[in-house]
Amino acid sequence: MKARVTVTLKTGILDPQGKAIEGALRSLGIAGVASVRQGKVFDIEIEGASDRARAEALLKEAADRLLANTVIENYRIELI
Amino acid sequence: MNSAVLVFPGINRERDMARTLKIVSGNETAMVWHAERALPAGTDLVVIPGGFSYGDYLRCGAIAARSPVMDAVRAHAARGGLVLGVCNGFQILCESGLLPGVLMRNQQLKFICRDVYLKVERSDTPFTRGYNAGQVIRVPVAHGEGNYVADGETIARLEGEGRVLFRYSSPDGIIDPDWNHNGAINAIAGIVNAGGNVLGMMPHPENHVESIMGCTDGRGLFAGLVQHFEKAA
Repeated sequence: MKARVTVTLKTGILDPQGKAIEGALRSLGIAGVASVRQGKVFDIEIEGASDRARAEALLKEAADRLLANTVIENYRIELI
Repeated sequence: MNSAVLVFPGINRERDMARTLKIVSGNETAMVWHAERALPAGTDLVVIPGGFSYGDYLRCGAIAARSPVMDAVRAHAARGGLVLGVCNGFQILCESGLLPGVLMRNQQLKFICRDVYLKVERSDTPFTRGYNAGQVIRVPVAHGEGNYVADGETIARLEGEGRVLFRYSSPDGIIDPDWNHNGAINAIAGIVNAGGNVLGMMPHPENHVESIMGCTDGRGLFAGLVQHFEKAA
């Protein structure tokens, strides 16, 4: 089973990298970008077949314990 | 004072730290590999040095914070043992949950490597007894992610409980955004945990301890720790 965990900064946390990317887009002349926030995507393959509940529990533990720092980041789990 | 310096892949300041500990305390320092599950018997002080553990992959300090030796450090801290984390060590302490908050990318997006001035907020702790409250010291920084961030409640608690030990300041001790090179909230450079026995700081006091280094302002931190353990013994 394949899964994707998306980690993004919480609202209100300053994102200097996103700001720099926003400025670079503007300097490229790409108009209409209001703001950019940078995040991370983890594509994960789960061993074994199709127990979705078990997979979700495992991914939640992975996100809580390592993939995200929940002080500043949120995460979203998708089973594909 | 018996100290143990933790060594992770990618750490590069461990020998500076061990040398400083030897010079100031007179004792050899144990170097402890990250895969160890126990600290050497009789360890008084655990030091997590600076560098780029695991290449700063995922987040600075994130992977080192989950290594086996950190369980031993947690147990040491829970017993009231002293822990000092410098630079990447501070990031590892935050990621491990031993200290609150997180160190974000410097506000100006630049890696900053130069001397800064620090105001010592209080002198009644094992880490700062070698200084006077309000004293300003000059020590180097070398980091790209030193911008201390925590939620409002945590900051209020740190400030209310006097747990900010060092702040970036002017040479005269003025706290001003112009002297806060990384944009840290309240110019925070170093904090302790609720028990006061775990200190994390971004600057490198271990690099200002001998006259050949051009400054000895960092020595007070280590000399104070030695005094702390001499008094206890």
